Amino acid sequence: MNKFTYTDKKDTRSGFGAGLLELGKSNPDVVALCADLTGSLKMDAFEKEFPDRFFQIGIAEANMMGIAAGLTIGGKIPYTGTFANFSTGRVYDQIRQSIAYSDKNVKICASHAGITLGEDGATHQILEDIGMMRMLPGMVVINTCDYNQTKAATIAISKHHGPVYLRFGRPVVPNFTPADQKFEIGKAILLNEGNDITIFATGHLVWKSLEACEILEEKGIHAEVINIHTIKPLDTEAVLRSVKKTGCVVTAEEHQVHGGLGDAIAQVLARHHPVPMEFVAVNDSFGESGTPEQLMIKFGLDSVNIVAAAEQVLNRKKSEVHF
Amino acid sequence: MNTPENLSRIASQVRRDIIRMVNGSSSGHPGGSLGCTDFLVALYFHFLKLQPKNFNMNGNGEDIFFLSNGHVSPLWYSVLARTGYFEIKELSTFRKLNSRLQGHPATHEGLPGIRIASGSLGQGLSAAIGTALAKKLNHDERLVYCLCGDGEMEEGQIWEAAMYAGAKKTDNIILTVDVNNQQIDGSVEQVMPYGNLRPKFESFGWNVLEMDGHDMSAILATIQQAQSLTGKKQPVVILMKTVMGQGVDFMMHTHKWHGVAPNDEQMKTALSQLEETLGDY
Repeated sequence: MNKFTYTDKKDTRSGFGAGLLELGKSNPDVVALCADLTGSLKMDAFEKEFPDRFFQIGIAEANMMGIAAGLTIGGKIPYTGTFANFSTGRVYDQIRQSIAYSDKNVKICASHAGITLGEDGATHQILEDIGMMRMLPGMVVINTCDYNQTKAATIAISKHHGPVYLRFGRPVVPNFTPADQKFEIGKAILLNEGNDITIFATGHLVWKSLEACEILEEKGIHAEVINIHTIKPLDTEAVLRSVKKTGCVVTAEEHQVHGGLGDAIAQVLARHHPVPMEFVAVNDSFGESGTPEQLMIKFGLDSVNIVAAAEQVLNRKKSEVHF
Repeated sequence: MNTPENLSRIASQVRRDIIRMVNGSSSGHPGGSLGCTDFLVALYFHFLKLQPKNFNMNGNGEDIFFLSNGHVSPLWYSVLARTGYFEIKELSTFRKLNSRLQGHPATHEGLPGIRIASGSLGQGLSAAIGTALAKKLNHDERLVYCLCGDGEMEEGQIWEAAMYAGAKKTDNIILTVDVNNQQIDGSVEQVMPYGNLRPKFESFGWNVLEMDGHDMSAILATIQQAQSLTGKKQPVVILMKTVMGQGVDFMMHTHKWHGVAPNDEQMKTALSQLEETLGDY
């Protein structure tokens, strides 16, 4: 298999901050809004460099979404920044009416997604955001896996006209994608080729899937690993190409089992090419306080869980008769 | 020149349009629409700098109006059609299948003159502030206007927006609140007696004006005064006293015609009270 290594560990939110700063220099239409979380979102460099194009909204996320929608009228490209919980569930109707239905060019940038938010606990650990966002017509939904990819995505979405949900996280994780890798919305990235099983992963679970892939390799199982950074629009061509070869699937995501990447892939496969499938995700429960590492283990989002799911579907693949 | 008399004649025709549109689809919101007619006619026919024949979303160099209480859509559609954004005959498609004139205003079908969807209340003022900020960044001197209902003042987002505009001195925006003291379940006094709006807005740093929303001369004078108060580090709000259903006697002074369409006979009575001045669609 391909050996993946990393030289450094960084948080994805810092990739967002770096991307936003670079974008600020290259595109004068880019503006940024934050609801009292400038440091957490790593937007301080942009604020310092471009004070006239940075809007401190205070703790008023509904107003932030509305102001962002209004800024697009006049040609601005607003990037909103707050935690994923306050970027979605708290302001769903504002996003639905003022942004998505109105086709506004707003980039909703959401940090601290999922249980790796850690010690703050379930009130802040949103696990439903991908589902909510992908149900909105016209919304692009992206969940990046590391610093480099988050930075590249932050810059790339400025060139897409229309609403985008960009989801990233709090913890420091391996930074393994090439710094110069082009980010293409809706284009899955094949990380490792294999014939036995396909692992589709998004966000922090991409690195966990590569770890799982190594463990499987030691067991003589050749897993194909695909990074689905864009959950909507889904790269159905890449999904079907891989699954037609491998014949079984595991999806892995830091999200509820309902509504996220697993559902999106299952819908494609149910329609075009049903195969045995397992879902590594949070199983219909809220999170809790703990370190990110502890929580990933407790909630079954670790590499060993991906390995176990893979072995399960492989057994089903061997035993099931396909017509 | 738009004299108060001329504007009132236009308003009479717009009121006829409202009644006929709502009757035509057997649905819609005539009460608030009739109440805000004089104001919106004055704004569009006398004050706003617009490009109705060359509508573009960004509206650079134009004044921009946001309707936050989107349910008074028949009023806005009539005014947009009669200022030249689209053909007047299209008003007959209001609320019907495949129409650009959706029940509540939308951009989705590409109706010229509309820049954001509204209907779910409380969102328009935030959007208006956003566009006001964009105008400042673009060094665009034109103004942003927004209309809200007084029932809508019960939405929390309104006060997030009021707080922002006052604190950040968004002084190129003029908000008008339609104070008719009516909402779906009854009078505002009954449903949610939230007290005086003036001190609420003043405490957030707004410049507050009041006007009679059915006295065309007063409307012209007050909007002019509001314009003169822009650019002075304070947002401006006009508290506009109106009567829901104004112009049709049996619809006035009650919340009952908030969201009910007149039948054919009621329409006949209503139209007999409103002079046809510009020709029905």
